[in-house]
Amino acid sequence: MTPTLTGTKKVVTGNHAVSYGAMLARVQVISAYPITPQTQIVELLSEMCANGTLRAKFIKVESEHSAMAALIGAASAGARAFTATSAHGLALMHEMLHWAAGARLPIVMADVNRAMGPPWSVWTDQNDSLSQRDVGWMQVYCESNQEVLDTVIQAYKVAEKVLMPAMLVLDAFVLSHTAEQIEIPNQTLVDQYLPPYQPVYKLDVNDPRSFGALAPPDVYMELRYKMHQAMEEALTEWAKADEEYYELFGRRYGLIEPYRADDADLILVTSGTVTSTAREVIDELRAEGRRVGLLKIRVLRPFPAQLVREALADAQKVAVIDRNISFGMGGIFAQEIKSALYNTHDRPPIFGFVAGLGGRDITPKVIQEIIEYTESHDEPEDLIWVGVKR
Amino acid sequence: MKNFTLPSEELMGSGHLGCQGCGGALAMRYALKAAGDNTIVVIPACCWTIIAGPFPYTSLKVPVLHTAFETAAVAASGVRAALDIQGNTETTVLAWAGDGGTFDIGLQSLSGAAERNENIIYICYDNEAYMNTGIQRSGATPYLAWTTTTPEKTPKAEPKKDIMAIMIAHRIPYAATATIAHPDDFIRKVQKAKSIYGTKFLHVLAPCPPGWKAPSEWAVKLSRLAVQTRVFPLYEVEDGERYILNEPKEDRALPVSEYLKLQGRFSHLTEKDIQAIQDLIDKRWQRLMRQVRESS
Repeated sequence: MTPTLTGTKKVVTGNHAVSYGAMLARVQVISAYPITPQTQIVELLSEMCANGTLRAKFIKVESEHSAMAALIGAASAGARAFTATSAHGLALMHEMLHWAAGARLPIVMADVNRAMGPPWSVWTDQNDSLSQRDVGWMQVYCESNQEVLDTVIQAYKVAEKVLMPAMLVLDAFVLSHTAEQIEIPNQTLVDQYLPPYQPVYKLDVNDPRSFGALAPPDVYMELRYKMHQAMEEALTEWAKADEEYYELFGRRYGLIEPYRADDADLILVTSGTVTSTAREVIDELRAEGRRVGLLKIRVLRPFPAQLVREALADAQKVAVIDRNISFGMGGIFAQEIKSALYNTHDRPPIFGFVAGLGGRDITPKVIQEIIEYTESHDEPEDLIWVGVKR
Repeated sequence: MKNFTLPSEELMGSGHLGCQGCGGALAMRYALKAAGDNTIVVIPACCWTIIAGPFPYTSLKVPVLHTAFETAAVAASGVRAALDIQGNTETTVLAWAGDGGTFDIGLQSLSGAAERNENIIYICYDNEAYMNTGIQRSGATPYLAWTTTTPEKTPKAEPKKDIMAIMIAHRIPYAATATIAHPDDFIRKVQKAKSIYGTKFLHVLAPCPPGWKAPSEWAVKLSRLAVQTRVFPLYEVEDGERYILNEPKEDRALPVSEYLKLQGRFSHLTEKDIQAIQDLIDKRWQRLMRQVRESS
């Protein structure tokens, strides 16, 4: 369907795409602490708050731990809450990430993927966000600045429906500091898509309740079960939110996106900006008549296991590119995919490649090498280090 | 205490889970009587995590947000921001933390909130150790006191951190000390805090009978003795500079031994130890008197 109210074309960085997304979502409380490469997100939001473009309270806290704690207070009192961080900032938040999820608060956060120190690095990899895989936050890995903006808005839609917090993830510099033309959606349409946050329960002196009190063993497990159920429900809600977004704005992304994968013998699995590079490589190889395809994982939590199984069902081989490493095990996306496929009957062999840590470029040549390695080896390998100097 | 009537409103239920004679429980009762029912309480990990009651019970008739140990002041800041943006500037946001959550692990976020002059009341009920985990030393534990991590052979070697001086250095609009032995003074201070915009800090001594090794009926008595011996003088500081002394007004204080000898946590002290504590107390008192004089 064609959008009825058009947006504005603008050339913006990935960071500013986040800021515009938060503005359009009409966030009410922002709390953040500076960290490279995230800082531009909250700088622009500060300006928006100062000049009245955005009617929000911005609490300029003394740490990321406090940023998340402030948002937990704000969301508990019924406000739509937002923050952005990166790497060590996200790690410092860890305790409060559990708290936000356990408290079922639909906070949305942007994490600019940055490698963890030491040694210090400001460049991209996924170890910061993947270290928070199990805290109960939804995680969405974005490929383009447009997707970044759209995902902020979609994230609130889903988070407020299932009452789980959501983290959208974008690569440091490759997206955060790279400008591209995007459409800033029309505010009226966004308001139609995302009505104000109206929690059923909140801190309210006219309806006093206690939030987060000690839960004995006879109730704790049920609360965790409900969190998992909410994540399962979120699989459907992401799909619905994406379709509804498409109806209004003409763009959709899917939880996963197969690309030229239908008749592919080899399917490459990627996340984040590596996907864009991989698309180019797939197109070139397809032009040569080679049966290769691509699967982009966009939503990692909740993990769309069934969709992944279907997308990879007919592949002869799968090659997963991980811009992350679980030391002593291997790439984390590869583990997730192997885990999803293990109980199926005709599962393809899965090759796990670790590449691009600490911002090392994953070029078309690197991706071609990964494909060629997979094609030329029969036995799958759990962990293949790409381009490492030994 | 002349013609003082305790506000009749009871916002704390009798079925709470505090230990017998808990100073911190009585402190909350007084604080809420003063703050009133238009109050949201934010409680980090502390004895009050338990006292407030487990799910699905609550001992308070006002909304409670439980939060992580080090986050009372900043979670309260978030609640405040959310209320403000929704047009509610009237509800009082009360952060209620123990000494561990204030002097130690929560000091950073408290300092941040104070520096931003967040419009909240922060009350530290100070029982002078990590009592909820079983009496471990904190930055608020007094000099030479016994705790389970400062055994009698090596009692706490450092004096209590001066949290009031730290908060006053932030030049917040209001900081005060209070005890449960002086409910008129305590309630007046909470009401005064309510009437002021910005960060208000109250430091309340909250005797812990099990932790201090004293009979459970002595929480009020110990609070009164703490004031009379100048261990815990009652005073207020406005805008980080105007010092007002409330109690004790007498020229001669009771010797600190009168306070120490009632508590098992000090039973190992020698005469020399007691004199060393007395010297510390005298020195601090002289400094306070100087501050009161200089600001009057």
